Amino acid sequence: MEVLLNNLDAFGSGLRLTIALALTSFAGALAIGLVIAAFRVSPVPPLRAAGAFYVETIRNIPPLVLLLVFYFGFPDIGIVYSEFVSAALILALYTGAFVGEAIRAGINTVSRGQAEAARAIGLTFSQTLGLVVMPQALRSVVPPMGNLFIALVKNTSLASVISVAELTFISKRLITDTAEGLLVFFGTALAYLVLTLPAGWIVGRIETRTAIKR
Amino acid sequence: MSRTKAVLLSMLACLGLLAGACASEDPAIEETNGTTESAPEFEEGTTMAEIQERGTLNVGTKFDQPLFGQKNPVNDEIEGFDVEIAKIVAQAIFGGTLEEAAENINFIETVSAVREAEIQKGSVDMIVATYTINDARKALVDFAGPYFIAGQDIMVMRDNEDIESVEDLNGKRVCSVQGSTSLRNVEEQAPEADTSISFERYTDCADALRAGRVDAVTTDNVILLGLVRDNPEDFKVVENTFTTEPYGIGIPKGDDAFRDFLNDTIEEAYESGAWEEAFDATVGEAGVDAPEPPEVDRYTSTGEASPAPTPTVTATASPTATGTASPAASPTT
Repeated sequence: MEVLLNNLDAFGSGLRLTIALALTSFAGALAIGLVIAAFRVSPVPPLRAAGAFYVETIRNIPPLVLLLVFYFGFPDIGIVYSEFVSAALILALYTGAFVGEAIRAGINTVSRGQAEAARAIGLTFSQTLGLVVMPQALRSVVPPMGNLFIALVKNTSLASVISVAELTFISKRLITDTAEGLLVFFGTALAYLVLTLPAGWIVGRIETRTAIKR
Repeated sequence: MSRTKAVLLSMLACLGLLAGACASEDPAIEETNGTTESAPEFEEGTTMAEIQERGTLNVGTKFDQPLFGQKNPVNDEIEGFDVEIAKIVAQAIFGGTLEEAAENINFIETVSAVREAEIQKGSVDMIVATYTINDARKALVDFAGPYFIAGQDIMVMRDNEDIESVEDLNGKRVCSVQGSTSLRNVEEQAPEADTSISFERYTDCADALRAGRVDAVTTDNVILLGLVRDNPEDFKVVENTFTTEPYGIGIPKGDDAFRDFLNDTIEEAYESGAWEEAFDATVGEAGVDAPEPPEVDRYTSTGEASPAPTPTVTATASPTATGTASPAASPTT
């Protein structure tokens, strides 16, 4: 137990970096997901194809592989970002594919009649999407978004392989220093729970707050 | 008739083979057995004479250390610089060519943790296994050599010109493996170096170096040379070690005659060029030139093995009757 208490500083700094990584990449993933979903329901065939291509490539490659390719491989073609930016970017791109699919599923739950009525009164495609369809669609995607956020928090541990000093990286370093593998990893698991459990609770709150009163 | 003849012939051939097998155990016959040089003669009772009479030199080495002692997965041969040193010793004992002498070596895997125990047990005549000479070990075993000076070194890209010593690492990004002492050494000797990048394996550090994410990789030159051998067109080792790890041949404590013989053999190999040949054929594959051979340290041994910490070790000081009991463990005077 002492190992954990003596190294609260280290755990704290790792936890902060994990939170920062999760929040920045989730913000990125939301932006990417919205664009991808819009592409996939757009009336323009090339946009639909591009959206489908993005989703099918990114979501079918393990995020660890994406990260390693980006971090170790892309410098060969002149693309070099810092460890943190590399990790945040890859996590955003990866989660973005799933967010896009969740939003598209949300859009599909809104009945065709809504979009047809909007077009009938003269709204453009983007107005239809932004003013009529999306507000209804986003409500139904809150629960899957919560799942994606929790998955993202757990995936931030991948950043440890490229030397981002987040929670998992810090705990691996603590273990080599203290040789207390069981205790340190127990503390690390606990720290992830501290992040993911409240996240699930907040998602539940948002869900009740945004529910349509019928 | 011809059938009986064939049987007879094959029986004769078998006998011949058997005789050959016997001969290899008997140095007197082996001398006439096609060797280019006759086997040297040793004073009765010395370890060398006993090994020669036995016909086998038991050598402990590593089976997993690239460039020094590594089992070739294809043909199961043990290869490396340590192995070549053992062959040079075998040649000095049995005569003949290096290859012929190598036939008489029995390699036994000795990982780092068991080296002192294996010597004291007498299961090996000597250990050549990236074995660093230090005072703690000198209390348990004796060392001939050193025959190579290893140490922590720096690996950079082949075209790098501005990192030539550990001081040059100040302000540079340096990679090593998580939790290694190598990073601590750098932090002490180049406090301004950025050591925030660390991975689980040295091959990851090599990838980061190639990707331009770090400026240098640091650890024991032996490990770095192995990385360079695998990527000779990308990397080079600076060849300016900043820690010192002299590798010696570990032998039982107090066998001064054997130790003198090994030291003489090493020095002769320096002069004859055999040492350099051995280096070029093994470590040299990593693209480094043979360094000046280190001076052999003929220190005065404290004689008897110091009281060992565990009873199992003290028991080995007396000759045991385990068939292969090493003559080296028996008193030579």
